[in-house]
Amino acid sequence: MKPDEMAQRLVAFVAGEEGIATHAVRATGLRRLAGGASREIWSVDLAIERDGGVESLPLVVRKDPAGRVGDGGDRSVELSVLRAAYAGGVPVPRPRWGTGDISVLGAPFFLMDRIDGEALPRRLLRDDAYAAARAGMTPALGAIAARIHALDLSQPDLAALPRPPADRSPARAEVERVAASIQQLSVEPHPVLDLAERWLLERAPEPPRIALVHGDYRVGNVLFDASGVRAILDWELVHLGDPIEDLGWLCTRAWRFGSPLPVGGVGTREQLLDAYQAASGTVVDRDALRFWEAFGSYKLALVFIMQSRVFLDGRVRSVELASLGRRTVEAEDELLRFLRGEA
Amino acid sequence: MNDRPSVTELLAAVERFLEETAVPALEGPAKYHARVAANVVRIVARELATEDAHLAREWDGLTALLGGETAAKPSERTLLREAIVARNDELVRRIRTGDSDAGPWRAALLDHLSRVIADKLDVSQPPREPT
Repeated sequence: MKPDEMAQRLVAFVAGEEGIATHAVRATGLRRLAGGASREIWSVDLAIERDGGVESLPLVVRKDPAGRVGDGGDRSVELSVLRAAYAGGVPVPRPRWGTGDISVLGAPFFLMDRIDGEALPRRLLRDDAYAAARAGMTPALGAIAARIHALDLSQPDLAALPRPPADRSPARAEVERVAASIQQLSVEPHPVLDLAERWLLERAPEPPRIALVHGDYRVGNVLFDASGVRAILDWELVHLGDPIEDLGWLCTRAWRFGSPLPVGGVGTREQLLDAYQAASGTVVDRDALRFWEAFGSYKLALVFIMQSRVFLDGRVRSVELASLGRRTVEAEDELLRFLRGEA
Repeated sequence: MNDRPSVTELLAAVERFLEETAVPALEGPAKYHARVAANVVRIVARELATEDAHLAREWDGLTALLGGETAAKPSERTLLREAIVARNDELVRRIRTGDSDAGPWRAALLDHLSRVIADKLDVSQPPREPT
Protein backbone atom coordinates (compact mmCIF):
# COMPACT_ATOMS: atom_id res chain seq x y z
CA MET A 1 0.00 0.00 0.00
CA LYS A 2 1.35 3.44 -0.97
CA PRO A 3 1.73 6.00 1.86
CA ASP A 4 -0.88 8.28 0.23
CA GLU A 5 -3.45 5.54 0.27
CA MET A 6 -2.50 4.51 3.79
CA ALA A 7 -2.94 8.12 4.96
CA GLN A 8 -6.40 8.31 3.35
CA ARG A 9 -7.43 5.06 4.97
CA LEU A 10 -6.19 6.24 8.38
CA VAL A 11 -8.20 9.45 7.97
CA ALA A 12 -11.37 7.52 7.12
CA PHE A 13 -10.79 5.14 10.03
CA VAL A 14 -10.23 7.89 12.62
CA ALA A 15 -13.20 9.89 11.32
CA GLY A 16 -15.34 6.77 11.65
CA GLU A 17 -14.10 6.08 15.19
CA GLU A 18 -14.80 9.68 16.20
CA GLY A 19 -18.13 9.85 14.35
CA ILE A 20 -17.11 12.91 12.35
CA ALA A 21 -16.90 13.72 8.64
CA THR A 22 -13.83 12.48 6.77
CA HIS A 23 -12.98 16.02 5.63
CA ALA A 24 -12.64 17.09 9.29
CA VAL A 25 -9.54 14.89 9.63
CA ARG A 26 -6.27 15.57 7.85
CA ALA A 27 -3.16 13.40 7.87
CA THR A 28 0.30 14.76 7.06
CA GLY A 29 3.87 13.56 7.29
CA LEU A 30 3.14 9.84 7.18
CA ARG A 31 6.45 8.01 7.08
CA ARG A 32 7.88 4.70 8.14
CA LEU A 33 10.27 4.87 11.07
CA ALA A 34 13.23 2.52 11.27
CA GLY A 35 11.71 -0.42 13.04
CA GLY A 36 12.23 -4.00 14.03
CA ALA A 37 11.75 -7.20 12.12
CA SER A 38 8.33 -8.08 13.49
CA ARG A 39 6.52 -4.75 13.50
CA GLU A 40 5.98 -1.71 11.32
CA ILE A 41 6.14 1.65 13.04
CA TRP A 42 4.92 4.77 11.25
CA SER A 43 4.84 8.42 12.21
CA VAL A 44 1.87 10.60 11.23
CA ASP A 45 0.41 13.97 12.20
CA LEU A 46 -3.35 14.24 12.39
CA ALA A 47 -5.32 17.49 12.48
CA ILE A 48 -8.91 17.04 13.66
CA GLU A 49 -11.37 19.87 13.12
CA ARG A 50 -14.04 19.95 15.75
CA ASP A 51 -16.24 22.56 17.44
CA GLY A 52 -14.60 25.35 15.47
CA GLY A 53 -11.07 24.43 16.56
CA VAL A 54 -8.31 22.22 15.23
CA GLU A 55 -6.66 19.61 17.41
CA SER A 56 -3.15 18.61 16.30
CA LEU A 57 -2.07 15.12 17.23
CA PRO A 58 1.47 13.86 16.64
CA LEU A 59 0.92 10.10 16.46
CA VAL A 60 2.58 6.74 15.94
CA VAL A 61 0.96 3.88 14.03
CA ARG A 62 1.91 0.41 15.20
CA LYS A 63 1.08 -2.10 12.53
CA ASP A 64 1.80 -5.73 11.78
CA PRO A 65 3.61 -6.34 8.50
CA ALA A 66 2.09 -8.73 5.98
CA GLY A 67 3.34 -12.29 6.44
CA ARG A 68 4.25 -11.68 10.05
CA VAL A 69 5.52 -14.24 12.53
CA GLY A 70 2.67 -16.04 14.28
CA ASP A 71 3.91 -15.11 17.76
CA GLY A 72 0.60 -14.20 19.44
CA GLY A 73 0.61 -10.46 20.05
CA ASP A 74 -2.81 -9.23 19.06
CA ARG A 75 -2.96 -5.49 18.37
CA SER A 76 -6.36 -5.05 20.10
CA VAL A 77 -5.00 -6.69 23.27
CA GLU A 78 -1.98 -4.40 23.15
CA LEU A 79 -4.29 -1.42 22.79
CA SER A 80 -6.46 -2.27 25.84
CA VAL A 81 -3.42 -3.05 27.95
CA LEU A 82 -1.94 0.30 26.98
CA ARG A 83 -5.19 1.91 28.11
CA ALA A 84 -4.97 0.17 31.50
CA ALA A 85 -1.29 1.06 31.89
CA TYR A 86 -1.93 4.69 30.94
CA ALA A 87 -4.79 4.91 33.45
CA GLY A 88 -2.65 3.21 36.11
CA GLY A 89 0.10 5.81 35.94
CA VAL A 90 2.63 3.74 34.01
CA PRO A 91 4.59 6.03 31.67
CA VAL A 92 3.28 5.01 28.23
CA PRO A 93 2.22 6.84 25.08
CA ARG A 94 -1.48 7.69 25.31
CA PRO A 95 -3.38 5.11 23.25
CA ARG A 96 -5.96 6.51 20.81
CA TRP A 97 -7.65 4.17 18.30
CA GLY A 98 -7.04 0.79 16.77
CA THR A 99 -8.58 -2.21 15.04
CA GLY A 100 -7.95 -5.86 14.36
CA ASP A 101 -9.88 -5.47 11.08
CA ILE A 102 -7.33 -6.14 8.35
CA SER A 103 -9.47 -4.52 5.66
CA VAL A 104 -8.35 -1.05 6.80
CA LEU A 105 -4.55 -1.23 6.41
CA GLY A 106 -4.02 -4.85 5.44
CA ALA A 107 -3.00 -5.81 8.98
CA PRO A 108 -4.07 -5.03 12.56
CA PHE A 109 -2.82 -1.68 13.86
CA PHE A 110 -3.40 1.06 16.41
CA LEU A 111 -2.54 4.71 16.91
CA MET A 112 -0.99 6.29 19.97
CA ASP A 113 0.59 9.62 20.90
CA ARG A 114 4.10 10.26 19.62
CA ILE A 115 6.39 11.15 22.49
CA ASP A 116 9.70 12.88 21.84
CA GLY A 117 12.70 11.04 23.14
CA GLU A 118 15.53 8.70 22.42
CA ALA A 119 15.15 4.93 22.21
CA LEU A 120 18.63 3.83 21.16
CA PRO A 121 20.39 1.94 23.98
CA ARG A 122 23.73 3.02 22.43
CA ARG A 123 22.97 6.62 23.32
CA LEU A 124 21.89 5.74 26.84
CA LEU A 125 24.99 3.64 27.44
CA ARG A 126 27.57 5.92 25.84
CA ASP A 127 26.49 9.57 25.42
CA ASP A 128 27.47 12.12 28.07
CA ALA A 129 24.18 13.92 27.44
CA TYR A 130 22.39 10.97 29.04
CA ALA A 131 24.62 10.56 32.10
CA ALA A 132 21.81 11.50 34.48
CA ALA A 133 19.29 9.29 32.68
CA ARG A 134 21.78 6.43 32.77
CA ALA A 135 22.39 6.81 36.51
CA GLY A 136 18.68 6.88 37.32
CA MET A 137 17.53 4.28 34.80
CA THR A 138 17.80 1.12 36.90
CA PRO A 139 15.91 2.39 39.97
CA ALA A 140 13.32 3.97 37.66
CA LEU A 141 12.79 0.70 35.80
CA GLY A 142 12.44 -1.13 39.13
CA ALA A 143 9.77 1.30 40.32
CA ILE A 144 7.92 1.27 36.96
CA ALA A 145 7.92 -2.54 36.89
CA ALA A 146 6.35 -2.49 40.35
CA ARG A 147 3.62 -0.18 39.02
CA ILE A 148 2.92 -2.43 36.01
CA HIS A 149 2.76 -5.48 38.25
CA ALA A 150 0.35 -3.71 40.60
CA LEU A 151 -2.28 -3.04 37.91
CA ASP A 152 -5.67 -4.42 38.92
CA LEU A 153 -6.33 -7.47 36.76
CA SER A 154 -10.09 -7.29 37.26
CA GLN A 155 -10.48 -3.99 35.35
CA PRO A 156 -12.35 -4.32 32.03
CA ASP A 157 -9.30 -3.57 29.86
CA LEU A 158 -7.39 -6.48 31.41
CA ALA A 159 -10.22 -8.91 32.19
CA ALA A 160 -10.04 -10.60 28.77
CA LEU A 161 -6.38 -11.58 29.09
CA PRO A 162 -5.99 -15.35 29.34
CA ARG A 163 -5.03 -16.65 32.78
CA PRO A 164 -1.93 -18.79 33.02
CA PRO A 165 -2.71 -22.49 33.49
CA ALA A 166 -3.81 -23.37 37.04
CA ASP A 167 -2.05 -26.74 37.26
CA ARG A 168 1.55 -25.47 37.02
CA SER A 169 3.60 -22.36 37.62
CA PRO A 170 3.85 -19.70 34.88
CA ALA A 171 7.59 -20.45 34.87
CA ARG A 172 7.05 -24.10 33.99
CA ALA A 173 4.31 -23.24 31.50
CA GLU A 174 6.60 -20.74 29.77
CA VAL A 175 9.48 -23.21 29.51
CA GLU A 176 7.12 -25.82 28.07
CA ARG A 177 5.68 -23.31 25.60
CA VAL A 178 9.10 -22.19 24.37
CA ALA A 179 10.38 -25.78 24.25
CA ALA A 180 7.43 -26.86 22.10
CA SER A 181 7.99 -23.97 19.69
CA ILE A 182 11.72 -24.69 19.44
CA GLN A 183 10.88 -28.33 18.74
CA GLN A 184 8.44 -27.32 16.05
CA LEU A 185 10.40 -24.55 14.34
CA SER A 186 14.04 -25.50 14.62
CA VAL A 187 15.50 -26.87 11.39
CA GLU A 188 18.50 -28.45 13.12
CA PRO A 189 19.30 -30.13 16.46
CA HIS A 190 20.31 -27.78 19.30
CA PRO A 191 21.72 -29.91 22.15
CA VAL A 192 22.40 -26.81 24.29
CA LEU A 193 18.73 -25.89 24.17
CA ASP A 194 17.69 -29.39 25.24
CA LEU A 195 20.08 -29.17 28.19
CA ALA A 196 18.78 -25.71 29.03
CA GLU A 197 15.17 -26.94 28.94
CA ARG A 198 15.95 -29.59 31.57
CA TRP A 199 17.94 -27.12 33.70
CA LEU A 200 15.05 -24.64 33.60
CA LEU A 201 12.31 -27.18 34.33
CA GLU A 202 14.22 -28.34 37.38
CA ARG A 203 14.39 -24.78 38.70
CA ALA A 204 11.00 -23.34 37.66
CA PRO A 205 9.91 -21.13 40.60
CA GLU A 206 6.44 -20.52 41.99
CA PRO A 207 5.30 -16.93 41.29
CA PRO A 208 4.94 -14.47 44.18
CA ARG A 209 1.49 -13.82 42.61
CA ILE A 210 -0.06 -13.55 39.16
CA ALA A 211 0.43 -10.10 37.65
CA LEU A 212 0.37 -8.25 34.35
CA VAL A 213 3.75 -8.92 32.76
CA HIS A 214 5.03 -6.50 30.10
CA GLY A 215 6.77 -9.39 28.36
CA ASP A 216 9.52 -7.38 26.65
CA TYR A 217 10.79 -5.22 29.51
CA ARG A 218 14.29 -4.08 28.51
CA VAL A 219 16.25 -0.90 27.93
CA GLY A 220 15.65 -1.09 24.15
CA ASN A 221 11.94 -0.58 24.79
CA VAL A 222 12.38 2.50 26.95
CA LEU A 223 11.91 5.96 25.50
CA PHE A 224 14.11 8.37 27.45
CA ASP A 225 15.42 11.91 27.45
CA ALA A 226 18.25 13.57 29.38
CA SER A 227 16.21 13.46 32.60
CA GLY A 228 15.22 9.79 32.37
CA VAL A 229 12.33 7.54 31.37
CA ARG A 230 9.62 9.10 29.20
CA ALA A 231 7.71 5.95 28.26
CA ILE A 232 7.73 2.17 28.26
CA LEU A 233 7.10 0.98 24.70
CA ASP A 234 6.34 -2.25 22.82
CA TRP A 235 3.63 -3.99 24.79
CA GLU A 236 3.02 -6.60 22.11
CA LEU A 237 4.10 -9.54 24.31
CA VAL A 238 2.08 -8.54 27.37
CA HIS A 239 0.45 -11.39 29.32
CA LEU A 240 -0.53 -12.55 32.80
CA GLY A 241 2.16 -14.45 34.62
CA ASP A 242 5.03 -14.31 37.08
CA PRO A 243 6.11 -10.68 37.55
CA ILE A 244 9.73 -11.69 38.12
CA GLU A 245 9.82 -12.61 34.42
CA ASP A 246 10.08 -8.89 33.54
CA LEU A 247 13.01 -8.38 35.94
CA GLY A 248 14.87 -11.43 34.62
CA TRP A 249 14.39 -10.34 30.99
CA LEU A 250 15.73 -6.89 31.88
CA CYS A 251 18.90 -8.61 33.19
CA THR A 252 19.31 -10.94 30.19
CA ARG A 253 22.81 -10.70 28.74
CA ALA A 254 21.74 -9.72 25.23
CA TRP A 255 20.59 -6.32 26.51
CA ARG A 256 23.94 -5.44 28.15
CA PHE A 257 25.75 -4.76 24.88
CA GLY A 258 29.08 -5.87 26.24
CA SER A 259 28.82 -3.85 29.45
CA PRO A 260 29.59 -5.67 32.72
CA LEU A 261 26.47 -4.12 34.32
CA PRO A 262 23.71 -6.73 34.25
CA VAL A 263 20.67 -4.44 34.07
CA GLY A 264 20.69 -3.35 30.44
CA GLY A 265 24.34 -2.34 30.73
CA VAL A 266 23.41 0.51 33.09
CA GLY A 267 22.86 -0.87 36.58
CA THR A 268 23.21 -3.65 39.12
CA ARG A 269 20.70 -6.30 40.16
CA GLU A 270 20.82 -4.84 43.70
CA GLN A 271 19.78 -1.39 42.44
CA LEU A 272 16.95 -2.95 40.49
CA LEU A 273 15.70 -5.14 43.32
CA ASP A 274 15.98 -2.39 45.94
CA ALA A 275 13.81 -0.07 43.86
CA TYR A 276 11.37 -2.85 42.95
CA GLN A 277 11.02 -4.10 46.50
CA ALA A 278 10.59 -0.59 47.89
CA ALA A 279 7.83 0.20 45.38
CA SER A 280 6.04 -3.16 45.41
CA GLY A 281 6.57 -4.57 48.88
CA THR A 282 7.44 -7.87 47.15
CA VAL A 283 10.69 -9.51 48.24
CA VAL A 284 12.27 -11.00 45.11
CA ASP A 285 13.71 -14.48 45.41
CA ARG A 286 17.24 -14.41 43.94
CA ASP A 287 16.97 -17.95 42.55
CA ALA A 288 13.75 -16.96 40.81
CA LEU A 289 15.49 -13.95 39.29
CA ARG A 290 18.34 -16.20 38.13
CA PHE A 291 15.83 -18.63 36.59
CA TRP A 292 14.09 -15.85 34.67
CA GLU A 293 17.40 -14.37 33.56
CA ALA A 294 18.44 -17.74 32.11
CA PHE A 295 14.97 -18.20 30.66
CA GLY A 296 15.48 -14.88 28.88
CA SER A 297 18.32 -16.35 26.84
CA TYR A 298 16.30 -19.52 26.23
CA LYS A 299 13.41 -17.48 24.89
CA LEU A 300 15.80 -15.38 22.83
CA ALA A 301 17.06 -18.55 21.16
CA LEU A 302 13.48 -19.22 20.10
CA VAL A 303 13.08 -15.65 18.83
CA PHE A 304 16.15 -16.07 16.60
CA ILE A 305 14.99 -19.50 15.40
CA MET A 306 11.51 -18.17 14.71
CA GLN A 307 12.72 -15.14 12.79
CA SER A 308 15.13 -17.10 10.67
CA ARG A 309 12.28 -19.53 9.87
CA VAL A 310 10.27 -16.61 8.47
CA PHE A 311 13.20 -16.10 6.11
CA LEU A 312 13.81 -19.80 5.40
CA ASP A 313 10.13 -20.37 4.59
CA GLY A 314 10.30 -17.45 2.15
CA ARG A 315 7.65 -15.40 3.96
CA VAL A 316 9.93 -12.37 4.36
CA ARG A 317 13.19 -12.51 2.44
CA SER A 318 15.02 -9.71 4.24
CA VAL A 319 18.73 -9.85 4.93
CA GLU A 320 18.01 -8.87 8.54
CA LEU A 321 15.85 -11.94 9.17
CA ALA A 322 18.40 -14.07 7.35
CA SER A 323 21.17 -12.88 9.65
CA LEU A 324 19.21 -13.59 12.84
CA GLY A 325 19.50 -17.36 12.46
CA ARG A 326 23.21 -16.95 13.09
CA ARG A 327 22.53 -15.24 16.40
CA THR A 328 20.93 -18.30 18.07
CA VAL A 329 24.46 -19.24 19.12
CA GLU A 330 24.74 -16.10 21.29
CA ALA A 331 21.81 -17.28 23.41
CA GLU A 332 23.31 -20.78 23.58
CA ASP A 333 26.64 -19.31 24.70
CA GLU A 334 24.92 -17.56 27.60
CA LEU A 335 22.86 -20.66 28.50
CA LEU A 336 26.09 -22.63 28.71
CA ARG A 337 27.29 -20.17 31.38
CA PHE A 338 24.26 -21.13 33.48
CA LEU A 339 24.72 -24.84 32.70
CA ARG A 340 28.38 -24.71 33.76
CA GLY A 341 27.36 -22.88 36.94
CA GLU A 342 29.19 -19.68 35.99
CA ALA A 343 26.19 -17.36 35.83
CA MET B 1 39.86 -23.74 -11.06
CA ASN B 2 38.45 -20.27 -11.33
CA ASP B 3 40.52 -17.17 -11.96
CA ARG B 4 41.44 -14.52 -9.44
CA PRO B 5 39.89 -12.65 -7.71
CA SER B 6 39.27 -15.53 -5.34
CA VAL B 7 35.97 -16.00 -3.51
CA THR B 8 37.53 -14.31 -0.47
CA GLU B 9 38.65 -11.34 -2.55
CA LEU B 10 35.26 -11.02 -4.21
CA LEU B 11 33.48 -11.06 -0.86
CA ALA B 12 35.85 -8.41 0.48
CA ALA B 13 34.97 -6.23 -2.54
CA VAL B 14 31.23 -6.64 -1.86
CA GLU B 15 31.72 -5.85 1.82
CA ARG B 16 33.70 -2.69 0.97
CA PHE B 17 31.01 -1.55 -1.46
CA LEU B 18 28.30 -2.05 1.18
CA GLU B 19 30.19 -0.29 3.99
CA GLU B 20 31.81 2.51 2.02
CA THR B 21 29.25 3.26 -0.69
CA ALA B 22 25.83 1.79 0.09
CA VAL B 23 25.61 2.55 3.83
CA PRO B 24 26.57 6.26 3.50
CA ALA B 25 24.26 6.71 0.48
CA LEU B 26 21.17 5.16 2.06
CA GLU B 27 18.74 6.28 4.76
CA GLY B 28 16.38 4.65 7.22
CA PRO B 29 15.66 0.91 7.02
CA ALA B 30 17.68 0.50 3.79
CA LYS B 31 20.77 1.96 5.48
CA TYR B 32 20.31 -0.44 8.37
CA HIS B 33 19.84 -3.39 6.03
CA ALA B 34 22.98 -2.47 4.09
CA ARG B 35 24.92 -2.54 7.35
CA VAL B 36 23.41 -5.94 8.19
CA ALA B 37 24.29 -7.16 4.69
CA ALA B 38 27.93 -6.12 5.16
CA ASN B 39 27.98 -8.08 8.40
CA VAL B 40 26.48 -11.11 6.66
CA VAL B 41 29.26 -10.94 4.05
CA ARG B 42 31.84 -10.94 6.85
CA ILE B 43 30.15 -14.00 8.41
CA VAL B 44 30.31 -15.83 5.08
CA ALA B 45 33.98 -14.97 4.68
CA ARG B 46 34.82 -16.23 8.17
CA GLU B 47 32.84 -19.43 7.63
CA LEU B 48 34.67 -20.14 4.38
CA ALA B 49 37.98 -19.73 6.18
CA THR B 50 37.16 -21.87 9.22
CA GLU B 51 34.48 -24.41 8.31
CA ASP B 52 36.75 -27.38 7.62
CA ALA B 53 38.51 -27.03 10.96
CA HIS B 54 35.26 -26.44 12.86
CA LEU B 55 33.47 -29.42 11.28
CA ALA B 56 36.43 -31.68 12.06
CA ARG B 57 36.51 -30.56 15.69
CA GLU B 58 32.73 -31.02 16.11
CA TRP B 59 32.92 -34.49 14.51
CA ASP B 60 35.77 -35.55 16.79
CA GLY B 61 33.95 -34.26 19.86
CA LEU B 62 30.76 -36.11 18.92
CA THR B 63 32.70 -39.31 18.28
CA ALA B 64 34.36 -39.05 21.69
CA LEU B 65 30.98 -38.54 23.37
CA LEU B 66 28.91 -41.07 21.45
CA GLY B 67 31.47 -43.67 20.52
CA GLY B 68 31.27 -45.14 17.04
CA GLU B 69 34.96 -44.87 16.15
CA THR B 70 34.18 -47.45 13.49
CA ALA B 71 32.15 -44.94 11.51
CA ALA B 72 34.53 -43.26 9.10
CA LYS B 73 34.49 -39.48 8.99
CA PRO B 74 32.96 -38.46 5.64
CA SER B 75 35.57 -36.70 3.55
CA GLU B 76 33.14 -34.69 1.48
CA ARG B 77 31.94 -31.54 3.23
CA THR B 78 28.18 -31.92 2.49
CA LEU B 79 28.20 -35.50 3.74
CA LEU B 80 30.15 -34.48 6.84
CA ARG B 81 27.58 -31.79 7.63
CA GLU B 82 24.77 -34.33 7.28
CA ALA B 83 26.60 -36.83 9.47
CA ILE B 84 27.13 -34.19 12.15
CA VAL B 85 23.43 -33.33 12.13
CA ALA B 86 22.60 -37.03 12.55
CA ARG B 87 25.03 -37.37 15.47
CA ASN B 88 23.65 -34.22 17.09
CA ASP B 89 20.16 -35.75 16.78
CA GLU B 90 21.54 -38.74 18.64
CA LEU B 91 23.08 -36.44 21.26
CA VAL B 92 19.72 -34.76 21.76
CA ARG B 93 18.04 -38.16 22.27
CA ARG B 94 20.62 -39.05 24.93
CA ILE B 95 20.07 -35.70 26.68
CA ARG B 96 16.31 -36.15 26.62
CA THR B 97 16.48 -39.59 28.20
CA GLY B 98 18.41 -38.11 31.13
CA ASP B 99 21.85 -39.54 30.30
CA SER B 100 23.46 -36.15 30.81
CA ASP B 101 21.69 -35.11 34.01
CA ALA B 102 24.78 -35.82 36.14
CA GLY B 103 28.17 -37.46 36.15
CA PRO B 104 31.33 -37.36 34.04
CA TRP B 105 29.45 -37.65 30.75
CA ARG B 106 27.69 -34.38 31.55
CA ALA B 107 31.03 -32.66 32.15
CA ALA B 108 32.40 -34.02 28.87
CA LEU B 109 29.23 -32.96 27.06
CA LEU B 110 29.42 -29.40 28.43
CA ASP B 111 33.09 -29.20 27.40
CA HIS B 112 32.27 -30.36 23.89
CA LEU B 113 29.30 -28.02 23.49
CA SER B 114 31.32 -25.10 24.87
CA ARG B 115 33.98 -25.72 22.18
CA VAL B 116 31.39 -25.99 19.42
CA ILE B 117 29.58 -22.84 20.50
CA ALA B 118 32.89 -20.95 20.76
CA ASP B 119 33.69 -21.97 17.16
CA LYS B 120 30.26 -20.83 15.98
CA LEU B 121 30.69 -17.52 17.82
CA ASP B 122 34.02 -17.04 16.04
CA VAL B 123 32.08 -17.16 12.79
CA SER B 124 29.06 -15.06 13.76
CA GLN B 125 31.04 -12.56 15.91
CA PRO B 126 28.05 -10.67 17.28
CA PRO B 127 28.41 -6.90 17.05
CA ARG B 128 29.17 -5.46 20.47
CA GLU B 129 27.61 -2.08 19.87
CA PRO B 130 23.96 -1.74 20.87
CA THR B 131 21.57 -1.27 17.97
